[in-house]
Amino acid sequence: MLNRILKFLIVPILLVGMGIGVVIYVVENPTDSMVARMLTYDFIISSMEKHLLMVFVSMLGAIAVGVPVGIMLSRPSFYYVGKVIENVVNVGQTVPSLAILALFFTFLGLGFNTAVFALWLYSILPILRNTFAGIMSVQPEVVESAKGMGMSPWRVLSKIELPIAYPIIIAGIRTAIVINVGTATLATFIGAGGLGDMIVTGISVRREMVTFTGAALSALLAILLDYIIGRIEKNLVRWS
Amino acid sequence: MIRLENLTKQFPGMDRLAVNKLNLEVGKGEVCVLVGPSGCGKTTTMKMINRLCEPTDGKIYVDGQDTSKMNPIKLRLDIGYVIQQIGLFPHMTINDNVATVPKEKKWPKEKIKKRTAELLELVGLDPREHGGRYPSGLSGGQQQRVGIARALAADPPIMLMDEPFAAVDRITRSRLQNEFLRLQRELNKTIIFVTHDIDEAIKMGDRIAVLREGKLIQYDEPGKILSEPAGDFVANLVGRNRSIKRLHLIRAHEILEEEHWGVPLDTPREEIKERIEESVISTVMVIDEKGYLKGIIGRRAIEEKEGEKAEDLMEEVPDNVTDDATLNDALSVMLEIGEGYVPVVDADGLFRGTLTLNTLLDQVRSDKSAK
Amino acid sequence: MEVIDYFIRRQSMVMELFWEHMYLIVVAVGIAVAVGVILGIIITYNRTLAQGVLIVCQVLMTIPSIAMLGLLLPFFGIGFTTGMLALVLYSLLPIVRNTHSGIIEIDKAIIEAATGMGMNEWRKLTRIKLPLALPVIMAGIRTATVMVVGIGAIASYIGAGGLGQLIFNGISRTNPPMIITGAIFISIIAVGFDLILGWSERRLHVAGRD
Repeated sequence: MLNRILKFLIVPILLVGMGIGVVIYVVENPTDSMVARMLTYDFIISSMEKHLLMVFVSMLGAIAVGVPVGIMLSRPSFYYVGKVIENVVNVGQTVPSLAILALFFTFLGLGFNTAVFALWLYSILPILRNTFAGIMSVQPEVVESAKGMGMSPWRVLSKIELPIAYPIIIAGIRTAIVINVGTATLATFIGAGGLGDMIVTGISVRREMVTFTGAALSALLAILLDYIIGRIEKNLVRWS
Repeated sequence: MIRLENLTKQFPGMDRLAVNKLNLEVGKGEVCVLVGPSGCGKTTTMKMINRLCEPTDGKIYVDGQDTSKMNPIKLRLDIGYVIQQIGLFPHMTINDNVATVPKEKKWPKEKIKKRTAELLELVGLDPREHGGRYPSGLSGGQQQRVGIARALAADPPIMLMDEPFAAVDRITRSRLQNEFLRLQRELNKTIIFVTHDIDEAIKMGDRIAVLREGKLIQYDEPGKILSEPAGDFVANLVGRNRSIKRLHLIRAHEILEEEHWGVPLDTPREEIKERIEESVISTVMVIDEKGYLKGIIGRRAIEEKEGEKAEDLMEEVPDNVTDDATLNDALSVMLEIGEGYVPVVDADGLFRGTLTLNTLLDQVRSDKSAK
Repeated sequence: MEVIDYFIRRQSMVMELFWEHMYLIVVAVGIAVAVGVILGIIITYNRTLAQGVLIVCQVLMTIPSIAMLGLLLPFFGIGFTTGMLALVLYSLLPIVRNTHSGIIEIDKAIIEAATGMGMNEWRKLTRIKLPLALPVIMAGIRTATVMVVGIGAIASYIGAGGLGQLIFNGISRTNPPMIITGAIFISIIAVGFDLILGWSERRLHVAGRD
């Protein structure tokens, strides 16, 4: 057990270590005074905090909406609505993230809240789609025998349908979080802050080190979250 | 036990009635087989009994109670349900699958554990070997056994079975059918069994209900269905080779002759030779002191092989059938091994006698002359 | 209404950016298909190599695109080259992955039959493996193309041109019609490619079954 936990933790510890290493290195060894003024521990930490806040708030909101709505659409009485929404979601997912952010900016203006709202809406799509697809993938005979054996609709959902759909739902959350972290770096363009700030500022003032710090941290964060959810996905499914 | 009164079902958007004023009564401990071509309403009828499908008109009484006034969940918990595609829960172990209904009924943990192991043994699976596995790790036949164990879990008085053996190959099917009939003799459940296969119906049913386009055409014992089919439809369903079908109705132990050709392991060569000459199948069966079948000696073996005792002369037994197998099963085995006989053993593997092709022919003939 | 107004007034500029964007996509995906399919084929012959390449692909794919652009910038500078390089890198991943899985997942019996009939490796590849894997490869190209449309918009920020300019300039000048025009055009390109490529993918599936 301990062994498994340690094995699970190796990659996250490595990634976090690399992140901390990058931060310490750039703060302690600035290439010039302008970089030194920009890259302080306070600034990096507050950018990271803002980034994480954006990601987690929008992700939690997206899960809280995407999963229940996905479940609801999979009920037989919503069958046609479900099919229609599935298509709408597919088209929605094709729309590039920058376009989504830009469109919401024109309606809601600059700021953190606009970014969170756009991220939330954009992240709902893969979660909703996978929840719906996951439950629809449960073989009808499995549901029929559960019903026939005397399980109530609620028990069929909680004991049979959701557990079988679980890996697909988690995969949707994984897709959503990777897209979310990536799109959150663009939130700087609509004034929401986060790690994108460093990347963009670095580009505009031509200080590679600043850009590199933001890019490295956001890349590490995306890889870390993807890895963690990937492991959860794998460890939960013993039966297939 | 189960009574259907003017049961009618019309699916929305369909002109034709799926089930049309069906009246049927199934007694306690009886196996009632619903048989007919696809679309005849047999499955729909079955699903109305546990209310997976609600009737348009008519009543169903279980134990004298009108099911439409019962809580469907409670009703289903007391009716075992087995379907063709089995529908095992892929994310649960075999133990958890079997324990589904006991868990829904909130039995104590210890009792569930004991019951699960007992049931797996009952259907011929090893609880220690198979209990912890997931359904994907079992063969089709094993999955079907689990499906039956799961339906039996809370000891429901009634079982509904929709083509429960259709998904496995022919040989596994006949073995499962025989095992199931053996079980049924012990358990004495009231069973509604749906199939499209008239042979299976004749083999499994105490009574057979032939359905066509939602209507009951004939409801009789298998023997009657064979000898007095009501009209062309049933006659066609039964087919021309009715005498052969009758072989489904007779079990090996019913016609085994007292005299058989079993000799002990130490029988001397000369005696074996005599017995082979006397035997209609020119073969003797060799049994050990406990009564287990050890080998066979045919005419060729005694001519070609050296040795003075049965032990040295015998060859491997090609195959055997159990004494609760039908004559039809015995005939299949004979054709498969290419011999005019098949040894019969009982459930414990003890030698019971030999069935020969002649005995089977006699059965068919006597059936013909009886008519 | 303002958006339509804007579009009509600045039609020539918008159309120029539109073609610039299309050029970016087509060239990037074209290079990615050439490189990605070959790489995907090569790694079907070596399991260790395949695992390595696919993990690298997987990791690269999780890196946010603006971060990738930022990381490439010091080496290739502002402009078209950096943008193009990032686009090719991102579009490689789904193409390599799908070429590999499309070939690997072909029924072993089919390959064996081909070997038994005396086909050499080259003929097996061109006559059997690639045609059978084509729908899956096509799906990879579709994913890559749709992704590149979006990343191409972001690449405008580092001076690679394209419709992203409308969005970035629109934001800095607070010009909503400009932003919306850009966003809508980009979305139309993405959805359009998705539909067209999805349709041809289904056609390939149907053809494969006959």
